[in-house]
Amino acid sequence: MGRINTASLPDIVFMLLFFFMTVTVMREVELKIQVRLPDATQGKKLEKKSLASFIYIGEPLPQLQATFGSEPKIQLNDAFKEIDDIQDFIAQERESLDEAEQAKMLVSLKIDKNTRMQIVTEVKQALRRANALKIMYANTPVEKITSLD
Amino acid sequence: MARREVEQINAAPMADIAFLLLIFFLVTTTMETDTGLMRLLPPMQDPNVEQSEDQQIHERNILVVKVNKDNMLLVEGEIIQIGELKDITKEFILNPNDAENLPEKIEKNIPYFGLVRVAKQAVISLQNDYGTSYGVYIAVQNELLAARDEVRDELAMQTWGMRYDDLSEDQMAAVDDYYNAPISEAEPKKIGGE
Repeated sequence: MGRINTASLPDIVFMLLFFFMTVTVMREVELKIQVRLPDATQGKKLEKKSLASFIYIGEPLPQLQATFGSEPKIQLNDAFKEIDDIQDFIAQERESLDEAEQAKMLVSLKIDKNTRMQIVTEVKQALRRANALKIMYANTPVEKITSLD
Repeated sequence: MARREVEQINAAPMADIAFLLLIFFLVTTTMETDTGLMRLLPPMQDPNVEQSEDQQIHERNILVVKVNKDNMLLVEGEIIQIGELKDITKEFILNPNDAENLPEKIEKNIPYFGLVRVAKQAVISLQNDYGTSYGVYIAVQNELLAARDEVRDELAMQTWGMRYDDLSEDQMAAVDDYYNAPISEAEPKKIGGE
């Protein structure tokens, strides 16, 4: 049996490599909370991820619950934060964008579906105070909502 | 041309390097794109300015959707299941038979459509309790948005034979004008002083 010619193997691998390099988005934050997004059918795709800031709300991970309790908490970037920190966080995020893009800034709320609305409402009020009005309720896209739990 | 024999570069390890990189990117790749319900929050009101506009909206022009802490849904004073919400909302936006208890229609000139009768003051008001679970809140938002999107799509289909998302910006604005029922997330009641 003749040897298989492997000369074209690098080409194929490179092609795959370039594909993955272009589609890769690095995971930007390490989640310290559990977020199971709610289902929705009407979700729109987030077109430009660079314009989005993320606010996570949910219960701390099981291994962190001893220290932080099991009440839902807000995570901004890599740390647990309070409602009052949101205004500074938004200002910071806005600063990091180009002037032309600041108006297009969007806040993506990644909130666990079992969270009570109280904390969500407070966050929304904080966002209004910070004048970050474009928001997105992140969800898991589904064809049809089957159950509410 | 006298050519010296150029030694060929050994390309065999190249595949190995490429593989290594490939595996790295394979592992770090997250393919999923973020999706979400796009909403616009109302600007913060100046607490010193008296608000009188709200009271001027006639009752028939508001669809009140309330979700309580037990995740039950109250629409216009009736307890309903979430599956019914979309049709109720669509009927509210469309008001096909000019019903007395649904939004009042006023004649308005809209580009592409000419003089049409639209419910100019219709508002959908979504109110929730502090104890409502976020998942249910989003499900309700989703139904309201679904109703709005369906109504828009139907109009766009009738007029241009296209989906709303494929319309030009002018056309979209015209459709928005035609069915202009903003979903308002009510001011939380417990904010500012207990």
